Amino acid sequence: MTTHVPGDALVSLNAVNKHYGQLHVLKDINLQVRKGEVVVVIGPSGSGKSTLCRAINRLETIEGGTISIDGKVLPAEGKELAQLRADVGMVFQSFNLFAHKTILENVTLGPIKVKGVAKATADKDAMALLERVGVGHQAPKLPAQLSGGQQQRVAIARALAMKPKVMLFDEPTSALDPEMINEVLDVMIQLAKEGMTMIVVTHEMGFARKAADRVVFMADGQIVEDATPEEFFTNPKSDRAKDFLSKLLTH
Amino acid sequence: MDVILENLPLYWNGFLRTLFLSAVSGVIALVLGTLLAAARVSPVAALRGFSMVYVEVLRNTPLTIAFFFAAIVLPRLGVTFEQFEVAAIIALSTYTAAFIAEAVRSGVNSVPVGQAEAARSIGMNFGQVLNLIILPQALRTVVPPLINILIALVKNSSVAGAFFVLELFGYGRQLANANGDAVIPVLLGVAFFYLLLTVPLGILASTVERKVAIAR
Repeated sequence: MTTHVPGDALVSLNAVNKHYGQLHVLKDINLQVRKGEVVVVIGPSGSGKSTLCRAINRLETIEGGTISIDGKVLPAEGKELAQLRADVGMVFQSFNLFAHKTILENVTLGPIKVKGVAKATADKDAMALLERVGVGHQAPKLPAQLSGGQQQRVAIARALAMKPKVMLFDEPTSALDPEMINEVLDVMIQLAKEGMTMIVVTHEMGFARKAADRVVFMADGQIVEDATPEEFFTNPKSDRAKDFLSKLLTH
Repeated sequence: MDVILENLPLYWNGFLRTLFLSAVSGVIALVLGTLLAAARVSPVAALRGFSMVYVEVLRNTPLTIAFFFAAIVLPRLGVTFEQFEVAAIIALSTYTAAFIAEAVRSGVNSVPVGQAEAARSIGMNFGQVLNLIILPQALRTVVPPLINILIALVKNSSVAGAFFVLELFGYGRQLANANGDAVIPVLLGVAFFYLLLTVPLGILASTVERKVAIAR
């Protein structure tokens, strides 16, 4: 396990609990993510990893515990929540680009409407971001005209346009055709290299090995292991993790 | 048929009145109905409750009651108007708004939840999510039912004829009384002028529907 300096945590979850009816999806989750750290969350389906990711910008409510971003506890509703969310970029499994807006508008909408950036500045910044993720020439098109991989890269640009302190990725490549997965992962690896703080829920073990500072393994709503990728993949401690990894590696 | 040609100016007058009543009531109903739909999905429980009660009451009572209320009860409560037309517009627009609210609400529900989540995740507040992301997409999907409601509104405006507002149906009734031997052509003339309004609306519906469709 890496050493944590508690005061240094950018994202901090303390004793977080959540139920879906009878199902206890998050059980006493404690997780600290420092600035610049890339944390990959893996685990079997239904282990609560997506719920954890969505709880960090309160797309899922929690029943117990606290989640804080850069020292500020997530408020329940209202203006403060909206402000905090603007600091947390989110990339979804199903892209969720605004279907009635062009690619460029998808990226500029947040800066213009939420941050009050002038349109000319927002357009310029958005074009730079779209170029950076390799879809600059698609700017005037509508989302449905792009491939899944391109849409997901636009979604990353849209989140980056808000200049977030941390980026959350909720299974960003799970809805993609195999040949498009890499183009998205490449963008994410680049982002990790540039020092972005990232929490990534994924099934891409290659990405975890390559880009993660820490791997968090979840099962049945709990964090079972929290280790460096090297440690986790070569020497998992729990039986649950060993079992999970053995199933992955046989194919 | 002579009776129609002879009274063409009268028909035309009635047609314009019906057009005016429908257009004004339609615009008010669209705005009011959209606000009611927004209230229905808002995080404020009181707004949701108000919208629900409004829609259920207006949607489930006859239009004639709305007319009686606007033309007779409102003046007793101190709300008076110079012309009965104002009462007709109040009745038609409040009544139609309930149907528009339900149509818009179904449109809101048809927008994938991920759209709202993405909008919230970049820091938009409820009003921005609704105005910039949800409603523009919802309204496009509800163009056909909205036009249906507006067609019904055009026809419903004939109830105003019974409340001393001289619109197409009101003039039609006058003409029928004056020409007892030609009631059928008179009424056919009335029907023709209603079709002149409603058929283009239907054509408009399919054109608009094709134009604003969003690919997913």
